Amino acid sequence: MSPTESAPRLHGSRCDSCGNVAFPVADGCQRCGQQVMQPIELSEHGTVWGFTVQRFAPKSPPYVPPADGFVPFAVGYVELSEGVKVEAVLECADFAELEGHAPVRLTATVPVPRFEVVA
Amino acid sequence: MTGVSIVGAGLSAFGRQPGVSGREMAVQAIRTALADAGLEWSDVQIAFGGSDGSGLADTLVAELGLTGIPFTNVKNGCATGGSALVSAVNAIRSGSAEIALAVGFDKHGRGAFAPLPEEWGLPAGYGEAGLMVTTQFFGIKIARYMREYGITAQTLAKVAEKAYANGTLNPNAWRRTPMSAEEIASADMVNDPLTRYMFCSPGEGGAAIIVASEAVATRLGGRPVSLLSAVTRTRGFGTFEVFAPAIQGIGAPTSVSTTAAAAAFDAAGVRPDEIDVLQLQDTESGAEIMHMAECGFCEHGEQEQLLEKGATLIDGSMPVNTDGGCIANGEPIGASGLRQVHEIVTQLRGEAGDRQVPGSPHLGFTHVYGAPGISACTVLAV
Repeated sequence: MSPTESAPRLHGSRCDSCGNVAFPVADGCQRCGQQVMQPIELSEHGTVWGFTVQRFAPKSPPYVPPADGFVPFAVGYVELSEGVKVEAVLECADFAELEGHAPVRLTATVPVPRFEVVA
Repeated sequence: MTGVSIVGAGLSAFGRQPGVSGREMAVQAIRTALADAGLEWSDVQIAFGGSDGSGLADTLVAELGLTGIPFTNVKNGCATGGSALVSAVNAIRSGSAEIALAVGFDKHGRGAFAPLPEEWGLPAGYGEAGLMVTTQFFGIKIARYMREYGITAQTLAKVAEKAYANGTLNPNAWRRTPMSAEEIASADMVNDPLTRYMFCSPGEGGAAIIVASEAVATRLGGRPVSLLSAVTRTRGFGTFEVFAPAIQGIGAPTSVSTTAAAAAFDAAGVRPDEIDVLQLQDTESGAEIMHMAECGFCEHGEQEQLLEKGATLIDGSMPVNTDGGCIANGEPIGASGLRQVHEIVTQLRGEAGDRQVPGSPHLGFTHVYGAPGISACTVLAV
């Protein structure tokens, strides 16, 4: 498999009627209510729109902690060129790197979108 | 339009009550509200109410008396109380009843809520990944807001300090120990920039409001409070809300709180600057700050200066959450909206004791906000 084929991509929908971009894939448009949506691949690059740090382990279930135990992680929204802001886990060496609309790149799509800071 | 008056308001105790069920708290609140109104349960002609996780409100008739009235269950998250109240008001306005009850109650366990993604229309992955945590939303929103509008961490701490201070003046509050801004700011971080003492905790309590036609209110005498408007709204397109896998649309998001508050003011024919005492959803300190602007009480960014001047204190120019709000009373989801209305009724009647807003307030406002993007607001007058 080539690197291009294995690269993760987020799938969304674009409304045929008003052009609004939805994530995740949607049957109907939140903006205009029409029901003809085209599947699209969303940008792999974006900027951090807002974030916080999850300092305590969420309740399990439903949370499944990593095999080597919970460590605080950053969560926020990544603004894509399509305009939509996607909730994601944010990878970084230091949480301060996420300040100032930091550029990020998609690294995974499951179980939720993950982006990492672009060095 | 037919006028609607609040003729009775009642609360159960708030905070941990081992051995007391949520339903028992609801019955306690209803009996207190009935006594306040000078009414019997048999006088109530229609009822609406609910809890998020403590049982069905219509089962309360087993304790209250089997009078056969219609009793509709409401399950609407943080707007449960507000939705019940809107339905009660509409019953009076339509002429289908002259005396109606709205009740909300809950008894939550310790710790953060643990919602299931499937119930909120999200893939299971959001739960596995640790993203079904309501506090994250508030952290993300206020962190961005602070950067954008120059709100400081010190101001966040001040909101919680006020909540605990007001709690010490409220005999029914859960948290009645004062806490300094320094202690609040230096506590463990939960979701940056919010520390553990800046958040409300899931709690316990019941609240009941009895509304009546003006004719009945006049006949009863007592101390009626006019309910000028009661409004609930779900989110519009382009808002940023709890449990959103994405914020759709281009540009800065808005909030459902803004549309709900504007609709409530419009229906009441009242402006925000005319309000003498108000209740704003304070899930955490930042929420109260943002809701001040979202509901129309100031411009975005003005809060830093307003709190510096003590504007939101009991003796300030816009007293907010005089009973200690959710931070001091806890968050029993079904009850909080009507707890807010109870506090404004108490203030407008001049019966708030040590926490009474000076100068005989005559206009009040309440606002709740919750997942997945709902808001309920009321405007009250004497």
